[in-house]
Amino acid sequence: MNYAQHVLTHLRKDLQLEWRARELINGMLFFALLVVVVFSLAFDPTSYPSIARQISGGLLWVGLLFASITALNQSWARELHNQVLDAQRLAPSPASALFVGKAIANLIFVSVIEIVLAPVFAIFYNLHPLGQAWLLLVILPLGTWALIVNGTFFAALSLRTRNRELLLPLVLCPIAMPALLAMIQATTNVLTGELDPSLWIKLLAAYDIVFTIACVLLFETVLNAD
Amino acid sequence: VINRDKSRRFPVWASLYLALTILVLVFGFYKAMSAPREATMGNLYRVFFYHLPNAILSFVFPYLNGVAAFLYLFWRTRNPQRALAADAFALAAGEVTVLYASVGLATGTLWGRAAWGIWWAWDARMTTYLLLWLLYVSYLMLRRLTSENQKAILSAVLAIFAAIDVPICFMSIRWWRTQHPAPVFGDGGEVAKVFLPALFWNFIAWALWGAFVLGLRYAIERRRQRNALAEQVSSSPQSEPRPVLEVR
Repeated sequence: MNYAQHVLTHLRKDLQLEWRARELINGMLFFALLVVVVFSLAFDPTSYPSIARQISGGLLWVGLLFASITALNQSWARELHNQVLDAQRLAPSPASALFVGKAIANLIFVSVIEIVLAPVFAIFYNLHPLGQAWLLLVILPLGTWALIVNGTFFAALSLRTRNRELLLPLVLCPIAMPALLAMIQATTNVLTGELDPSLWIKLLAAYDIVFTIACVLLFETVLNAD
Repeated sequence: VINRDKSRRFPVWASLYLALTILVLVFGFYKAMSAPREATMGNLYRVFFYHLPNAILSFVFPYLNGVAAFLYLFWRTRNPQRALAADAFALAAGEVTVLYASVGLATGTLWGRAAWGIWWAWDARMTTYLLLWLLYVSYLMLRRLTSENQKAILSAVLAIFAAIDVPICFMSIRWWRTQHPAPVFGDGGEVAKVFLPALFWNFIAWALWGAFVLGLRYAIERRRQRNALAEQVSSSPQSEPRPVLEVR
């Protein structure tokens, strides 16, 4: 089997597991919905549409960040049952294929959340973008990948530590800060239509490339870290 | 039993170095306090002589941390003893980074209050600086929360990520704030020539002090590693002195 086939096998396994249980997607979806409602308590989106436009880009990403953190821990905890992870370490397939497969699976899960959440967001916060709305189709996948690639990596890193649920956000958020800045700024620029978001999209793409390479190179070290 | 192991004593050259460092610190303090009053801020500006050296130095220690983490991963399988030393150095550099960045942040808010009348402004430099502080605090948190046999590897991986992240952070925040120019202060502040000697001596003094704290922390961590290793050896079943005759 070549590398792509290994990745596809891991991906298929993760999708199948999720399809049978549907725990991660349902959990994330409900959590993200709750975050939307809680944020709406902080300001009145219907009477102040320009404020809503300025801050809802940030709110969307913060909601997605929280929701994906809750799911990322679970996605690796699955591998701990019956020593599956140890079996993965013994398997002759490259370690990074396991990582890439799981990261793509997580990307698909969070994208499903976004497809459901984006219209809900637009309705609840009374949004109609003033910039080029189609750019969101570029920004959302790039931003999600930035969160997911590092998130999947750090979830694996904190897997065998004490308090792993606590550790993941503590290490993920500082590293993801430039990406969060870029995705929030790009989304806000699209919604308000005041500034050109292309700089932030480029930054996001660069961040994605750099950290994907770093994760793939260092994953084997993390997987065998004891 | 008093342990008279030679390696446990504070070496003479380190005492001399510490004495020199304290001398330079005192001289730097004298220079900072005897510099002429600043025209608009009066005496309050003197915190600047501590803020600038600490802030500059706290961008040097992360590089030491990153290099040590890289060397740890490189030597881990090739030369485990040297790898342990690299890990101790990475820990020391990470802690000194947080220390210097904390001092930089604290003096920065004092300076901000004196210069602009507000404690904190989300301008480019302060935001980058806060993110640097957050990154290395998360590094120390990771070291706290991981078990002994994984600590070195996992924290080295995080240190590499942090080292990649620092320049990206720096550039992105710059772009962010050039899109929305901050009203409080622009780039290219000039320092008048009369203040340069005080700045120079304080920079040297805090660099010497940082190197001293780093070395001390490194030595303490090395000692802890040796003790842990000795404990491991003495508690392992092979080396335990077994009684020759066992009465049952």
